[in-house]
Amino acid sequence: MAPKSQKQKSSGGQKNPKRDKTKQALPDSEEREPINMESMGHPEIYPLVLTTQTQEILNCRIDKDITDEKPYILIKKEDILADFQNRGAVSDFYPVRKVIQEYPGDELLVVYDKDFRYGLNFYLIGTEEGKENYLNPPEVPEEQEEYKEHTPEDVYVYKPPISKPWVSLGSEKEIEEESVKESTKQITYMISRKRSEFGAPIKFSDQNASSVKDAYIECTAYPDRHFTLKQLEKDVGIQGVPKIKDTSTQTRWTYPKNAITQYYPRELSEEEKETFGQSKSLSDFLNNTSISVEIALQQNEIMNTFIDDWKCLAEEESTFGDKTDTHLKEYQSFTDLHTLTEKMVTSVSWHPTIYGLIAVSVAVRLSLEERVHFSGKLLLQPSLILFWSFSDPIHPQLMLESPDDIFCFKFCPSDPNIIAGGCINGQIVMWDITAHADRIENIKTGGSRRKKVTLKPMFLLEPDSNKEAMYIRHCAVSSIENGHKKVITDIHWLPDTFEINRLGAVFENRNGICCQLVTCSADCTICFWDIRPQKALIQQPIEKKKEEHIEIPFDVPSTFLHLDLSWKPLTKIRLSKGETSLDHCPTKISLSEGDLLYKAQEGMEDKILAQSKAVKAGEMNPYHNLEGGLANHLKPIEDFCTKFFVGTEEGGVIYTDWKMERDPETGRLMTKKPVSLYTVHDGAVHTVQRSPFYQDIILTIGGWNVAIWKEGVMTGPLLQSSCAPKRYTAGHWSLTRPGVFYIGREDGYVDIWDLLEKTHEPSLSQNICITMITYIKPWTFSAKQQFIAIADYYGTLHILEIPWTLSHPSTNEVSSINYYFEREVKHLEYVEQRKKIREQEKKEMELELEKKKVKTYQKSKEQLEAELKLDYESYLELEKNTLVNLGFIKVKETISFVDL
Amino acid sequence: MTEWTNEPGLCPLRSSGPRPAGLGAQAEVEETLKRIQSHKGVIGTMVVNAEGIPIRTTLDNSTTVQYAGLLHQLTVKARSTVRDIDPQNDLTFLRIRSKKHEIMVAPDKEYLLIVIQNPCE
Repeated sequence: MAPKSQKQKSSGGQKNPKRDKTKQALPDSEEREPINMESMGHPEIYPLVLTTQTQEILNCRIDKDITDEKPYILIKKEDILADFQNRGAVSDFYPVRKVIQEYPGDELLVVYDKDFRYGLNFYLIGTEEGKENYLNPPEVPEEQEEYKEHTPEDVYVYKPPISKPWVSLGSEKEIEEESVKESTKQITYMISRKRSEFGAPIKFSDQNASSVKDAYIECTAYPDRHFTLKQLEKDVGIQGVPKIKDTSTQTRWTYPKNAITQYYPRELSEEEKETFGQSKSLSDFLNNTSISVEIALQQNEIMNTFIDDWKCLAEEESTFGDKTDTHLKEYQSFTDLHTLTEKMVTSVSWHPTIYGLIAVSVAVRLSLEERVHFSGKLLLQPSLILFWSFSDPIHPQLMLESPDDIFCFKFCPSDPNIIAGGCINGQIVMWDITAHADRIENIKTGGSRRKKVTLKPMFLLEPDSNKEAMYIRHCAVSSIENGHKKVITDIHWLPDTFEINRLGAVFENRNGICCQLVTCSADCTICFWDIRPQKALIQQPIEKKKEEHIEIPFDVPSTFLHLDLSWKPLTKIRLSKGETSLDHCPTKISLSEGDLLYKAQEGMEDKILAQSKAVKAGEMNPYHNLEGGLANHLKPIEDFCTKFFVGTEEGGVIYTDWKMERDPETGRLMTKKPVSLYTVHDGAVHTVQRSPFYQDIILTIGGWNVAIWKEGVMTGPLLQSSCAPKRYTAGHWSLTRPGVFYIGREDGYVDIWDLLEKTHEPSLSQNICITMITYIKPWTFSAKQQFIAIADYYGTLHILEIPWTLSHPSTNEVSSINYYFEREVKHLEYVEQRKKIREQEKKEMELELEKKKVKTYQKSKEQLEAELKLDYESYLELEKNTLVNLGFIKVKETISFVDL
Repeated sequence: MTEWTNEPGLCPLRSSGPRPAGLGAQAEVEETLKRIQSHKGVIGTMVVNAEGIPIRTTLDNSTTVQYAGLLHQLTVKARSTVRDIDPQNDLTFLRIRSKKHEIMVAPDKEYLLIVIQNPCE
C-alpha cells in the first residue's frame, strides 16, 4: 500500500497549504507508524476508538451488534475503505489505515475492549493469524489444559524468555553519570632512539634546571586575594611517638648454659678498721654529722609526725549491730527434762571443733548426808555428761555414762573425741566417742528428726523411745586405791608440747598429742596422770585380771583398756601447810600455757617427725596406738617454768612448783615448799584462770571478791576488789577483750567487769536466772558470733549471745590493758618502797625518841650526883661545925680529919 | 649541716665532758657513736665508707653488710637526683620512714653515717 499512502501523502501534502495546522497534524500521523501493542506482546493488536457514528455505519454498535458473548465483529475491508473514502481523515480507522490496506484478508476483526485493556474501547487485530487465534482461542487453552493434565503438576514448564525490545526506564542516565569517561583526550608520546644506542652504557649527570634555558616551566604560587577561603577546622591525626632508633646486631649463639654467681661482700679487715677509726677525717665527719643526726633522732622522740590523728581518734566504724546494746541476749537454754532427781550443773565445756555443740556435766543436788541417805536410789540412776546441740533443745545428742557424778571434765585438745572427767569419788573417767563422732558432726542435717520432735507432745516422749540419744559407757576409770580419795575438783590436759616424768622434770613430747593429765582433789593432793600404758607395771594388772575378770561390753572402744581400773598417777603432790595444821585443799589449778617459743624453734622438727610417724602407722588415730613414751630417751626441756597457781578452799592462792626434790634427810621424793601463799579471798577459790591475752596475768575469784595477779610479782595482787554484796560463784575471762571478765553470783546475776571502764565495781550487772550460777564459759564461733554458756544450780544451761560491744575489742585495748597492769605493778613496787621508806622512817623516829629519853636520864643522874655531893659536903661541914660547937673535936683535929 | 642549726626550739644534746687527750680521735669517734646509740629507740648505728664497706657498726655482720650495700646505692642515687635537678645543690640528709623504723643517712664526701631508729610508739 505504499504507493497509495504516498499518494495520500501527496494529496495530503497538496492539501497542506490550504488547510490549517490541524490538518498538518494528519500527514504526521500518516507518516507515523500506527501504535500497536507490541510492547504488551501482541503486535497484531491496534487499539482504536470507534465513535457511535462509526459504530452505526459499520454495524458494530455496542450492546447491539457487540455483546459480551460476542465482543468482536468482522468488518469487511471494503466497508472500511469506503468509510475512508466517505469520511476521509475523520474516519476512526484512519490511524490504522496502513494496516488495513496491507491486510491480506477480506474481513478484519475488531474487538470491543470493554475493560480498556489496551487503552481504547476497541481494538483491531491486524493480522490473519491474530484473527484466527482470536477466533479460535478455545483450542489453545484447551490444548494447554490437556497438556497440563498429562504432565505432573510439580514439573515446571520452562518458558524460555521472549526477547523484547528494551524499554528505557531511566537507568541509562544513572549509568552515564556514574561511569568515568575521559574528559580530555590522552596525550601520547612517542620517543624514539637510534638503534645503535640500545644497550649502551648509560652515563647520568646532574644538571641544575635553572641553568639551562627553558628547561622547565614554572608555575609559581601567588597569594590570590579573591580566593579567601578560610579553613576553620582541620582534622589532623597526630601520634606522639618516641624517638626510635633501630639497630641490629648479630650474636653468636652456641648453646644455652646455666650461669651461677656467688659473691660475698667486701669487708675491711680489723686493722683497716682500726686505721679508719683513728683517722682524723672520720672524727671530723662524725662531729659534723652527729649534730644533724641527733636533731633528727630527737624529732622522732618528741613527736611522731606521721600519725593520722583523725584515724587514731575514730573508733572502728565497722560495728555489727547496735552500739548501745550492751546486754547479753538470751539465745537458747537447755534442760534435761527426763531426770527424776534435781540436778545441778557442775561443769560446762564447748566442743572445740563442732559448732553449736556443748557438753554439760550434771550432778545430784544433795549434800553429803543426803547422798548417804539416798545412796541406794542414786546408784540406779546413771550420772551423765550430756551433749546439747543448738538444733535440738529438748533431746541431748549424746549421753556419756559415768560411775558417779562428774564434777569436772575436759575435752582432749588434740582429739576432741577423748574426754576425761573427774568424779565425786576421786576416780578419773575416760570416754572415747570416736565411734559416734559422725553422729554429732552431722547434727545440723537432721531436719527430719526435728519434725518428729515438734509433732509429738512432750509427755509421749520417753528417753527409751528416742533411739537417737545413746548412752555411751566410759572406757576407763582410774584405780580407786591409788588415785584420789575425795572429789576431784579440777582436771586439765597437759599441752602437747611437753611431758613430765615421775620426778616432775619436764621433757619434750614426741607424740605430738596430749597424753598427760593433771588433777587436783579435795584430799589435798595434785596428781599427774599419763594415759599411755606403763610397761614396767604390766605384771601387776595381769595378776589382777586373773582374779577378777570383768566383762567389758563389746561396744566400748578399747582405747584405754590398759588403764581401766589399774590406772595409777604418775606423781602425787601433796600441798601441805606444815606438820601441824591441815593441808591445803586445792580447788582449781592453772598451769602456764607452755613455752610457745620452744615449740616454734626446736620442737617443730620433732613434732613433724612424730606426726609423720603417726601418719605412717596406718593413719590411725594416735590415741589408738599409744606407746610407752617413757622408754624412749626424751630430751629434757630446760628453763621450763614448772610453777603453777593453785586456788584453795580456804581462799588462799598458792604459787608452787611441781618439781619434786629429794629430801636430804630421808632420801624420799617430796614436793617443794610453795613459793608464795596469799590469802585474799574470804571463801573457796573457784576460778583460777590465766588471761588469754597475757601469759602471766591470772584471775582468781573466790568468796566475795576478785583478785588479779601477775606471775612474778610476789608482793600481792595487782587488783583486789572490795567485797561484793553477793557471793561470787563462777567466773571467766572474756575470750576476745583483754580487760573484760564475767562473774556469776549466787543470786543468778552476771557481773561484767570492764577494766577500761571501772576497776572498783562491775560495769554491767544482768539477771540470768533465779538461782546460783555454777559455771560460766564463753566461746567464740566467729568474729560476729560469740556465745556465753551460763549454768545454774537448778540444772539449766543458758546460752546467751554476747553483744558486739563486749566481744569486739577497741583498737588499742591490748596495749591499754597491758599498760594498766604495768602501772599496777609499778604501784605495788612503789607501795613496797614506801613501806620500806616508812619502816626506815619509823626506825629513825624510834631512834630519836630513844635518844631523847637517854639524854634526859643522863642529865638527871648528873644533877643528882652533884646535888648529893653538895649535900654531903654541906653535911660534913655541918657535922664539923656541930662537933666543934660541942667541943668534942678540936679544931685542928677536925681540920686534919677533914683534910684527910 | 649549717641549715639545721636554724631550726627553733631544738638544740642538740652534747655532753661536753672531759675527754682523754691521749687517745684523741679514736676516743671521740667511739664516744660520738655511743652517744648516738644511747638515744631512745635507736636500734643500730653504723659508719660506712665511700665504697659501701662498713667501718663501724653496732649490729651483726650480715645485717650491717646488707644495710651498707643497699643504703650506699640509694644515697648515691639520691645525691645524683638532687644534683641533676640543680647542680648547685647537694644532698645533706636522707631519712627513710617505714612502718617499723626510720633509717637516717647522713652522707659525706668520704663516709656515710647510718642510724636506724624505732620512733616513739
